[in-house]
Amino acid sequence: MSLTWYLVASALIFCIGAGGVLVRRNPLVILLCIELMLNAANLALVAFSRAHGNMDGQMFALIVMVVAACEVAVGLGLIVALFRRRLPIDVDELRELSG
Amino acid sequence: MAEVLFFIAAIGAVAGAVGTVSLRNPFYAVLALVCHLLALAALFLLLRAEFVAAAQVVVYAGAVMVLYVFVVAYVGGVGEPLTGSTGASLRFASIVFALALFVELTIALVGTGLSALETEGANAPAGFGTPAEVGALFLTRFLVAFEIASLLLLIAAVGAVILARRRAGLGDARELSVGDVMRRPDVSAGPWQPGTMIEAAAPPRNRPPSSSPGSR
Amino acid sequence: MSLQTYGWLVLAFPLAGCVLIALTSRLALGRLHGVIGTLAIALSFAASIGAFSELRSLGAEERQVVAVGWDYAVAGGLDAQVAILLDPLSVLMMLVVSGVSMLIHLYSVAYMGGDHGYARFFAYLNFFVFSMLLLVEAANFLMLIVGWAFVGAASYFLISFWYRRKTATDAGIKAFVINVAGDVGLVLGAYFIFRGTGTLDFLRTFEEVGNAFTQNDADLVAGCCLLLVGAFAKSAQVPLHTWLPDAMEGPTPVSALIHAATMVTAGVYLIARMHPLFEHAPIAADVGAVIGCLTLLIAATIGLVVTDLKRVIAYSTMSQIGYMVMAVSSAAYAAGMFHLMTHAFFKALLFMAAGSVIAAMAGIQNLDRMSGFRRAMPFTFACMMIGGLALSGVPPFSGFFSKDEIIALLFAREDWHVVLGVLGYVGSLLTAIYTFRMIFRAFFGEANEEARELEHGHLYHAEHPTNPMTGEIEDTDVGFPGPEHHIAERELSMKLAMGALAVLAIVGGIVQVPHVTSWLHDFLEPAFHDSAFYEELEPSGTLTAIGLLIGAAISLAGIFVAWRLWGHAPQRAAAPQQRFAPLHRFLVNKWYFDEAIDLLFVRPGAWTGRFARTTFERLVVDGALVGGASGSVRLASAAVRRVQTGYLRYYAALLLMGITGLGAYFLISA
Repeated sequence: MSLTWYLVASALIFCIGAGGVLVRRNPLVILLCIELMLNAANLALVAFSRAHGNMDGQMFALIVMVVAACEVAVGLGLIVALFRRRLPIDVDELRELSG
Repeated sequence: MAEVLFFIAAIGAVAGAVGTVSLRNPFYAVLALVCHLLALAALFLLLRAEFVAAAQVVVYAGAVMVLYVFVVAYVGGVGEPLTGSTGASLRFASIVFALALFVELTIALVGTGLSALETEGANAPAGFGTPAEVGALFLTRFLVAFEIASLLLLIAAVGAVILARRRAGLGDARELSVGDVMRRPDVSAGPWQPGTMIEAAAPPRNRPPSSSPGSR
Repeated sequence: MSLQTYGWLVLAFPLAGCVLIALTSRLALGRLHGVIGTLAIALSFAASIGAFSELRSLGAEERQVVAVGWDYAVAGGLDAQVAILLDPLSVLMMLVVSGVSMLIHLYSVAYMGGDHGYARFFAYLNFFVFSMLLLVEAANFLMLIVGWAFVGAASYFLISFWYRRKTATDAGIKAFVINVAGDVGLVLGAYFIFRGTGTLDFLRTFEEVGNAFTQNDADLVAGCCLLLVGAFAKSAQVPLHTWLPDAMEGPTPVSALIHAATMVTAGVYLIARMHPLFEHAPIAADVGAVIGCLTLLIAATIGLVVTDLKRVIAYSTMSQIGYMVMAVSSAAYAAGMFHLMTHAFFKALLFMAAGSVIAAMAGIQNLDRMSGFRRAMPFTFACMMIGGLALSGVPPFSGFFSKDEIIALLFAREDWHVVLGVLGYVGSLLTAIYTFRMIFRAFFGEANEEARELEHGHLYHAEHPTNPMTGEIEDTDVGFPGPEHHIAERELSMKLAMGALAVLAIVGGIVQVPHVTSWLHDFLEPAFHDSAFYEELEPSGTLTAIGLLIGAAISLAGIFVAWRLWGHAPQRAAAPQQRFAPLHRFLVNKWYFDEAIDLLFVRPGAWTGRFARTTFERLVVDGALVGGASGSVRLASAAVRRVQTGYLRYYAALLLMGITGLGAYFLISA
């Protein structure tokens, strides 16, 4: 398969993830959609790495995975803190940080 | 053969993505993402990135998603109401723009001048994608990134602990928001609460024990 | 010391005196402030004499010396320097100004005693003398304008000297506003002339004027007429004269100095100095002559009916300056300056004597309440008589020679100026009448209450000090006249000053007795060497003799008329007053000039101000400009504020839209 297919697939997954971020109201699911987008980026990176015959893309993808893991940890910690304080778990209700 | 595998994996990935986005129950959404991750691992294998595929399964699907499952179980998977306060217009606009973005990216990719994308890739050296190669690169060329990544993990771990800790003496944490305090002046923020866990364990001597109602 | 040094010293001494008095004004030095002030002017007078002698030692060709202090703004076609011009005309003015000022300062040392603003008075007076000397010594338009403005400011300070009197402050404002109108004329006129000649310096301007302008060039005529506006405002000629009678609110020494001898003569000096310009623009000169003649007559008629002692003398000043303006506008320069000099002497003397009488009346200035001071105040009476005779032009007093020389020269011009000469004689008759009306009413007849008390050696003091114009009760603290009244009979310094002026008023005519001496004419010749008329305009022997006889006869006739109406039996004046009642009312209302100016300028001005405040300011500035700007900002920010919703998804959507847009842009541009 030519690499264009992989990249198109990556674009598709990215856009699905972006749409999901905008459409969903549960912050957990929003975080999941962000994971989707990160994964799509990983796919693109690995595809380009294969195109160049170079390991750099794959190393980058590994670091992205690390970052995604950290981000998930912190994000979920936030959601737990929200739950603890009995705040509604709904991004449309949590809007006092405006601006 | 590779094409068939590709299509199966790609369809699985897209299906998982769509499921993540559209399933109402967040637990089901997590499961759909796990499927997506596994399909993505298959795609990585097709691209000769063995270590990355393995890491994807072990770390991503194995650890991160498990963490997700735990949190979803704790928080509860309440289905969200369909009608949002921002309305259907925003939903429609977002779908349109996502679609537009996809179209743009496809046009960019298909019409690109990068000739390497037409092929299956350059000749890969032996050891391309192997753990040995990855390890060697991490300890030589990408040493700084490696170290910083580990630092980042430390920070994230500490941060997650601090964010999610329980503060002693909070009692029945009242559902409170800044907006409420500002709008209804009779609502106050309550007596001052000790800020750190150390202070929660042993209140400072020059302060009388907090007399919040129902303190534990 | 050189001429230039003397010139600068003449300026420096009054300025130093002013600063010294001002800095020490808080110390209770009593009359020492007055002594310092007088000493400063005396030194200035001494320096003027030094300048005079130095000037005479120069050859006739070199008698116009410019001393440059420093360059003020010399660049780009402008040559504004701080420079003084020392030539016979300016030295004559310096002598007159500093000499008469010195005597008036001497008079004021005693007259203003007891006033709480004593030091302030002398500081202002010194500042005035400095400004006037700056004006007459100016070598270019810049210094002239600076001196002109300072003199106007000093006049304002001194008219409103008793600042708690509303009438005084109103008068000060009126004087200042009219002076500013004149300043505008002066500056614009200077600009017009500068535009043609390209230089601000006087001597260079006078050389250039023939090349830069044709005879009666429109620009030159406009410039000269604007200069005339300035001159008329400063010299209280019609129609810018309404401030002078009101300016009598100031203390009597102020009236003597500023509004008789020096400031009001600045306009005459200006026209004389600018004579090359006026000779190239005869239209403007003719305007000046006509206005001078009109003022002469109008003021004389008003002087016949006014009842305030100082105001009679004020209108007399206005009238005599009309003579001077008429003279210098008709190229009778030496005659005009001669009359300026003699007028300074006898008018200051008249004011000083009037001040003495008013002091005896405890501040009352109303002629109707004065009578019979002849026995009680002999010295004052003698001075008043000398001044009055000089003013009326009775030989051999100085006023006779100066006034008749003006009229003779007008006849010598032999064109329509002859009419002005005839009107000059009419004015002379009226002058004699109103002068002696004043003298007969105040000094002859039955002694009134204040005079009787004075005959018994007791100076009258009113129970409550009152405003002489409105009669309202005042006190004697700062801002009002002091509690003491000083009359000449009891104060040595007042006697010295008045005596010196009386002597000068008697013998001053000797400098220019027709066909006998012509010292003044010869002295001033270098200043007027570029005049077409100076040498040629010389009345013949017979004409001069006839003129002198007619002049003397008219003056004596006027005195006789005044005697018949007011001296012999005071109630006889009532009959003509009844018969000509409408005319009398017209004259008492000062020809309705104040009302006309109010209607033409003051009311439209006030209306414009009100309109600007309520309509323009409110609607246009606050509404459209300020309100519009802030309103549009408010609207725009309200529109933008709607983006800040707080919804996470909204912000993410904006992000996505932005990325899509950017991608589209790059795709399209690729």
